[in-house]
Amino acid sequence: MVKELLIILISSSLVSNVVLSQFLGLCPFLGVSKKTNTAAGMGVAVIFVITLASAVAGAIYQYLLVPFDITYLQTIVFILVIAALVQFVEMFLKKFIPSLYRSLGVYLPLITTNCAVLGVALTNVQKEYGIVEGIVNGFATAVGFTISIVILAGIREKMAHNDIPESFRGMPIVLVTAGLMAIAFCGFSGLL
Amino acid sequence: MNSAGERLVNGIVKENPTFVLMLGMCPTLAVTTSAVNGLGMGLTTMVVLALSNVFIAMLRGVIPDKVRIPAFIVIIASFVTVVQLLLQGFLPSLYEALGIYIPLIVVNCIILGRAEAYAYKNPVIASLFDGIGMGLGFSVALTCIGAVRELLGAGEIFGIHVMPDSYVPVSIFIMAPGAFFVLALLTAVQNKVKLAGERRGRDMSKIQSGCGSDCMNCADTGCAHRLYDDGAAKQDAGKEDNANG
Repeated sequence: MVKELLIILISSSLVSNVVLSQFLGLCPFLGVSKKTNTAAGMGVAVIFVITLASAVAGAIYQYLLVPFDITYLQTIVFILVIAALVQFVEMFLKKFIPSLYRSLGVYLPLITTNCAVLGVALTNVQKEYGIVEGIVNGFATAVGFTISIVILAGIREKMAHNDIPESFRGMPIVLVTAGLMAIAFCGFSGLL
Repeated sequence: MNSAGERLVNGIVKENPTFVLMLGMCPTLAVTTSAVNGLGMGLTTMVVLALSNVFIAMLRGVIPDKVRIPAFIVIIASFVTVVQLLLQGFLPSLYEALGIYIPLIVVNCIILGRAEAYAYKNPVIASLFDGIGMGLGFSVALTCIGAVRELLGAGEIFGIHVMPDSYVPVSIFIMAPGAFFVLALLTAVQNKVKLAGERRGRDMSKIQSGCGSDCMNCADTGCAHRLYDDGAAKQDAGKEDNANG
């Protein structure tokens, strides 16, 4: 069991990285990666939400959709659950843990529309993970997201001082960087 | 403004969702490993877009303004489920190839964007053609990108071998990094067109990279404002001020 969970952990965070090989969560990856500390903040918020969402979505799938034989409703149910969950987390943090809300609050609305959250919930179902495996998979996926967004932010901070051709300024050069990072992450494919 | 032909041209050329508005980038990068997959994804999205546009236009008098976004999401998710089951039944090969990106059509910005920007304010027939036009624009773009990647990465287009035998395929172009490089070149060309247009004094504000290419301002400019009811947010803020005061 532990070995299986470890394999899920490594494969979801490094080998099939959520952004660099699955292209989920590209918007925040490209948009919130200008500075390392905001990137890290976004990463922590994503870890928090995705882990929670995969737990809730997994439980709902296991105990509600499967017993009533309505698994075909998974897409509708998951998207509504995730949207409601993010709103709820936001309200909860605002009320009870204001310090955490101040550091993560700005990122929470951005995550509702993040396709990585729905993507993880659906992958868990597709790969027939149980609730524990699903939570580990969600956590690992989010860690993979955090690793890649922090690295990209570091590179972008350095790159800000470089002389880049006019047409490549802004998004294009970031995408080239992401492509080079994706090549580097291809190196992990022999790991498992 | 609302004629069928005008809507089609608008979707395919003037406001092409990929080349001009840069929306829905996740599926664009993920499924364009070949021209066939690109075309399949484009047409699937088009069907969902057209159907959800029609339904939202029909219900635009019924849906209360405050809960319109959840209502849109439920309508879109229902059609995605329908289309997913149809693909699974009748085109299993495409269903396998597109995999998880079919249910993820739900979170494609283009669909929710059109629902909010067009279908919620316009009659049924115009919304139908708006959906078809946008969907065709998306299909054309995905097929083009897929064809380029397939040509460079495998020496084929639509599975037909076109490159001479001496050509060694650059297989990285059908892998993940190739998607980023192709999109990088595409945005660079877009930048170039935009800069050239601005120099000649044309209005190029429509051309943008995703959510104004800046997620931190997403709430003001891009996708998020479509997901939250501005009025309700202001009311909440007002209440809080009162509570604090």
